[in-house]
Amino acid sequence: MAAHAKKTAVVNQKLTWKKSLKKYTWLYILLIPGVLWYVIFKYLPMFGIVIAFEKYGPFTGIKGMFTAKWVGWYWFRRFFKSIYAERLIKNSLVISLKKLVVCFPASIILAILLNAVPGKHYKKSIQTISYLPHFLSAVVVASIVRTITSTDGGLINLIILKLGGQPIFFLGSNKYFQGTLVLTELWKTVGWNSIIYLAAMTGIDPSLYEAATVDGANWHHKIWHVTLPAIAPIISLMLILRCGELMNAGFEMTFNLYSSAVYETGDIIDTYVYREGLTNMNYSYSTAVNVFKSVVSLVLVLGSNFGAKAMGQEGIW
Amino acid sequence: MVSDMKNITRAEKVFIIVSFILLGLLALIIVVPMISVVINSFVSAAETARRGQFILWPEEWDTTAYKMLFNSDRIYSGYVNTLFVTLVGTGLSMLMTICTAYPLSKKDLRGRNGILAMIFFTMLFNAGIIPNFLLVKTIGLLDTRWALVLPYLLNTWNMLMMRNFFYAIPDALEEAAFLDGANQIQIIVRVVLPLSLPSIATISMFYAVHFWNAWFPGVMYLTNKNLQPVQNVMRSIIVAASGNLEDIGVSVDDVQVLPTSNTLKCASIVITTVPILVVYPFIQKYFVKGAMVGSVKG
Repeated sequence: MAAHAKKTAVVNQKLTWKKSLKKYTWLYILLIPGVLWYVIFKYLPMFGIVIAFEKYGPFTGIKGMFTAKWVGWYWFRRFFKSIYAERLIKNSLVISLKKLVVCFPASIILAILLNAVPGKHYKKSIQTISYLPHFLSAVVVASIVRTITSTDGGLINLIILKLGGQPIFFLGSNKYFQGTLVLTELWKTVGWNSIIYLAAMTGIDPSLYEAATVDGANWHHKIWHVTLPAIAPIISLMLILRCGELMNAGFEMTFNLYSSAVYETGDIIDTYVYREGLTNMNYSYSTAVNVFKSVVSLVLVLGSNFGAKAMGQEGIW
Repeated sequence: MVSDMKNITRAEKVFIIVSFILLGLLALIIVVPMISVVINSFVSAAETARRGQFILWPEEWDTTAYKMLFNSDRIYSGYVNTLFVTLVGTGLSMLMTICTAYPLSKKDLRGRNGILAMIFFTMLFNAGIIPNFLLVKTIGLLDTRWALVLPYLLNTWNMLMMRNFFYAIPDALEEAAFLDGANQIQIIVRVVLPLSLPSIATISMFYAVHFWNAWFPGVMYLTNKNLQPVQNVMRSIIVAASGNLEDIGVSVDDVQVLPTSNTLKCASIVITTVPILVVYPFIQKYFVKGAMVGSVKG
């Protein structure tokens, strides 16, 4: 006990700058490339945000950032006056919420089912299969979705036809686009996201289940009174952290699946920022919309972490 | 949940059986789309014309689509570009990650908290697409392979995970080496790195899969088609062959659609994904470990 206390004291002892530089000279040198990288690739672009308040175009040049005409909140006002603001914010939030409602419980249910089956091999194979989509790139997943939902012999439409229905162009219809997006997300993430809950379940003492059996508990009693209470803290932590991501409706999947036919339901802030910025070259406007989104996201993430900490969890930092 | 099958109630047995079935169904739902893509990549145009658009099991396994793709310059250059990005990117990323993570694992290193705070903030706030694009353009990386590597060298999660691995190395080992007269660099090379090989392997795999799958940098920073990674080549094959607005309203029994385009698309998906599928069984467990560490706390 005393030795332990002594060791902690040594570790926590503050070095003076001089001593630290002497003791860790080489480590400071090793830190230089990483710190420079963060400065160049993460912090320098932050100065570029200034163009959101300027009249800055693709031909203004880098020096132009300092000389371009200052327009204040003009681009922000333009965005909020346009028809896009409402549609994009609504689509982003609705898609995120639908994903949350469908995908979040699905992973928990999957973990519960995996925890329920006895025997290792079956469980292992299901896990291996269900984690696989996580390793595929968004482009590959989107291509698979395009292929199987194709009206030209895609698997899903063939099943619909066999059942006597009419083929549906899932990716080109405002009625089905969001649903397709949510199910794609489910397909890609359900297995992977169950890992954390399964890990929490391995910490459950098996004798709790045995005791419950002896007491005459049925399967749903065991889930409700043993499994769920054990993973409840991690569920609430994950839920809160997800809420911090509400503005992120998933650029990668949306971008690879949407088309102008479904802008009404499928266009999200990120895809709009991309189109306005890189396709239409409206640098200032696109950056203004992006800044709006980043600031709201920042507030959400900070809020969700504050919530996680208030719950006695560690948060992400 | 059940260790002994004898003492359980009938209802619980039913529940276990239902769980078995549901899990099997889930596995099917995940696997069937992939298998259908693989099968469709082997269907010949003639067979499609004869038997209809969807073939559960081809009578003959036709490899024309693969031959076409392997003969295409773009697939070839795509693979070369992806290999470059993956190998060089992973190598440099690991170098940077280790060099940054190790000093930050020293609790009494002055300035550590300031640097960590600076790094944390970049996880919360990103400048956005256009400012990043302007930076890459300004430093002259536009339309070079380096644009796919340099801006993505450090992944903060991976770096913090590496730092946590370094924490776990007992200080006593490093102190012993120090007392033996080793300097900081020697301690890293002879003590720290050999002890961290498993974690270095894990983080390298994270980076490698990330670089292999990356497609957005190619969309954003490249106009030269010869520099595009295989993901982007595949993307353009898919988008060119379908997915355009012209496809809206094409009915299932429309015979005017080229039968090989579907096969070609499927084959391009397969050749982009096979390398991942080959390594997947070996790397899976490392990623699962990482997910458990990373999803709660970095």
